[in-house]
Amino acid sequence: MSVDLSQFIPTFLEESFEGLEIMESGLLNLEAGDSEMINAIFRAAHSIKGGAGTFGFGHVTEFTHLVETLLDEMRDGRREINSQEKEVLLASVDCIRLMIEAIQNESEYDDTSIIMVSAQLSELLANGNEPADGNSVISDVNGSSESDDPISSNKTKWNILFIPEHHLVQTGNDPLLLFSALEDFGELTATAVLDNLPSIIEMDVEELYMHWQLTLISDNATEEDIREVFEWVEDECELTISKEELEQPKHEKSGSAEANEQSDDTVPSPEQLLPNDNVQLAQTNSAAGVTNADSQASNVTTISPNTDDNNSPKAPKTPTKSKAKTDQGSIRVGVDKVDSLINLVGELVITQSMLSELGNDFDLSKVEKLTAGLEQLLQNTKELQESVMRIRMLPISFAFNRFPRLIHDLSMKTGKDIELIINGENTELDKTVMEQIGDPLVHLVRNAVDHGIEPVEKRLASGKSEKGTIWLNAYHQGGSIVIEIRDDGGGINRDAVFNKAVEKGLVEPNVTLTDSQVFELIFEPGFSTAKELSDISGRGVGMDVVKRNIQSLGGRIQIESTPGEGSTFKVHLPLTLAILDGQLVRVGEEVFVVPLITIVESLQAKPELINKVSGDMVLYRLREDNVPVIPIFQLFNLPAESQAVDNSLLVVVEADGQKVGLMVDDLLAQQQVVIKSLKDNYQDVAGVSGATILGDGSVAMILDVPGIIQMALEIAQHKQRQRSNVYQLEGALN
Amino acid sequence: MDIQALAQEIPVEGEYSLEGIDFITNGEQYLTFVLDSEHYAVDILCVEEIRSWENPTRIPNAPTHVKGVINMRGVIVPIIDLRIKFGIGDAVYSETTVVIVLTYESSEQSRTIGFVVDAVSDVLNAEENEIKAAPAFGGIIPHHFVNGLVNVGEGVVTLLNVEALQQIEPHEVG
Repeated sequence: MSVDLSQFIPTFLEESFEGLEIMESGLLNLEAGDSEMINAIFRAAHSIKGGAGTFGFGHVTEFTHLVETLLDEMRDGRREINSQEKEVLLASVDCIRLMIEAIQNESEYDDTSIIMVSAQLSELLANGNEPADGNSVISDVNGSSESDDPISSNKTKWNILFIPEHHLVQTGNDPLLLFSALEDFGELTATAVLDNLPSIIEMDVEELYMHWQLTLISDNATEEDIREVFEWVEDECELTISKEELEQPKHEKSGSAEANEQSDDTVPSPEQLLPNDNVQLAQTNSAAGVTNADSQASNVTTISPNTDDNNSPKAPKTPTKSKAKTDQGSIRVGVDKVDSLINLVGELVITQSMLSELGNDFDLSKVEKLTAGLEQLLQNTKELQESVMRIRMLPISFAFNRFPRLIHDLSMKTGKDIELIINGENTELDKTVMEQIGDPLVHLVRNAVDHGIEPVEKRLASGKSEKGTIWLNAYHQGGSIVIEIRDDGGGINRDAVFNKAVEKGLVEPNVTLTDSQVFELIFEPGFSTAKELSDISGRGVGMDVVKRNIQSLGGRIQIESTPGEGSTFKVHLPLTLAILDGQLVRVGEEVFVVPLITIVESLQAKPELINKVSGDMVLYRLREDNVPVIPIFQLFNLPAESQAVDNSLLVVVEADGQKVGLMVDDLLAQQQVVIKSLKDNYQDVAGVSGATILGDGSVAMILDVPGIIQMALEIAQHKQRQRSNVYQLEGALN
Repeated sequence: MDIQALAQEIPVEGEYSLEGIDFITNGEQYLTFVLDSEHYAVDILCVEEIRSWENPTRIPNAPTHVKGVINMRGVIVPIIDLRIKFGIGDAVYSETTVVIVLTYESSEQSRTIGFVVDAVSDVLNAEENEIKAAPAFGGIIPHHFVNGLVNVGEGVVTLLNVEALQQIEPHEVG
């Protein structure tokens, strides 16, 4: 009987992504000697490899095996951890992610970066894997990237370094048998290295103290074949296989000689052992840590600056696809949350049975019991609702996790030394909101690095420390969550922004704007102040998209900036998309819900503060501001009780930094409402973001404040056009 | 009891009249309803439920035939008055005014919409060959809403295309 493994693939994928995240954050925080961390990273890599093997994703297994071997050496303390290795390992994490995403989307991936990184890995393995005596150094493995190419008909020379554990023979493995199996592939030369032999007195007869340097000249063996021979002893030995082109043996020898020389008199640190060209390669690597495709993309962007904004550092080939997939993903819920749900449902059942008992023979004497029961039911329902909502809530660290890596890569790329400080990563946020806020946050952080933090020289010149700092804060404020992205950079140059906006024709040169109004200009489409375009940010698309994305989540974004001290971007988001705190208002017979987050204040309009200006526009003087009044009944074509603005009720709401007064007939209760889509069975309606069901079972529309402002604007423009048509008509008649 | 004997007792199709036993039928079943004095029918498998008229919540700036939305067990269902949509009869709302809630599932989405009609009348069985094409001239109702005509006794019933009915044309703002 065969088991259908494919049903477990989603679990494998999910666990692999988790494993990759562990690896990534582990690598970023890894310091020499932190064996716990290396172990965690190793375990993650190992389970990805194991899973991939089970499901037959050979390419993932193969690649991860290299990573695992390198990690294993670090774990055993045979290899020092330096930044170069960390970079290669980070790049490999990207590669594994790329491969796994390709499996998830059933799509193709660009394997150039994978071939490159795996070459680097093999190279590191070959170079660093050096016993103290250095007799059996295997040098360069330039050809090793092709090692997984099974169709190579030419004769190849394989250098195999086989270092068995001392207890190998105790497990019933005989090296001789392995070697004779290798001989089937071609000509085999085996050299035993006896340097580690202890003195005869210390020697244990049951232990193996030798290791072997094997050379296999074969015309059809692949690395896989060779590995297969060693499969049974894989965990009990160190095995390094490298390929050598027979045509250029001279070069090879000189390379190994060079390495030998160095290692003879120094303790082998992998860094020192690297030949020069390797170091160069490694440098290109570190830049390539942000993926090769990115650097390709940067070439493209200089030519056509307005294309492809979604150039995210990970998986640049399939960003949209993978997103579509995660949208329907699953949630892992803590057992405690499920337990509390079960408890609550239990209580609900008890209340229900109590109430139905009460209903069996009800008389007036039991009214008190009934009210008590109903109250309990109310309590139960509320708690149940809260618990259910909590299931969708995840700590924001899920969204923040990617930033240490992003900052790491960006600071490499820009040469700016940047520290990232994260606060409040346990603040909980709805899963849907979290998924959609990720990209805008990445954009804001990139901007902070690119535009915010100044270059080192400039920082020093203005008396700041060399190291730039970026803070990511998350906290709850009222019914919403605030995410702050703060940098200690140069701040926003007010005049530069203003001049740029004038130049782009976004504002008139002679208007006076407040600071916040100037900062708002950044969000205008097509606005960018960077003098030179960089591939990190500054293509003039983006900030408007960021703003749109945040608004589509029902949130808003705010900028604070002090020249010379830095800027803060504050993103306010609703905690959840399913429930909303609303103020119920009445217009005529209809009840509407105004999202509480948008309301500035509600007031009764005093006749003396109402001004009619510039042709039928009604303004209300709210302290210093003049707030345009939008009568809802007019906008929605509804019958209303009172049509006069005088003494009417105004709900002052704010969206996009624009305040408007919504004229309503009555203010009703404030309550939480469950958002239902109108689109499911109908279509989107302008000015309305959804509907909800009120306590009495009737339906109420939820007002979309930015949409209403937009509508009012369009109506005004429409009026103006009509008016100018009338002018033209009159002109024509005269 | 003898199974064989029992089987003998089960009537063979055509042997007895099976009228009134609504789950034994030939051909498709349709729910017929009345608009003014005309008879219409829709595929009965699309019918979710039949409700009495209740005042819906108005949708801002919706066309006149879209009366609003109601809450049907937690689902927001738009209500469309077929009489206004087709321009047949007067849109008066009385206690006998009913709403037929139809659900049509296409590969892309499933939509549930309520349609206001004057009255529901009957369930109609019609075989494929009984459905006749509607003449292309004459009616107010656009051709794509009509699947065909079926003769019932002296009268004629118009079969409506539920998929076409469920299409919502975007309305103008302002």
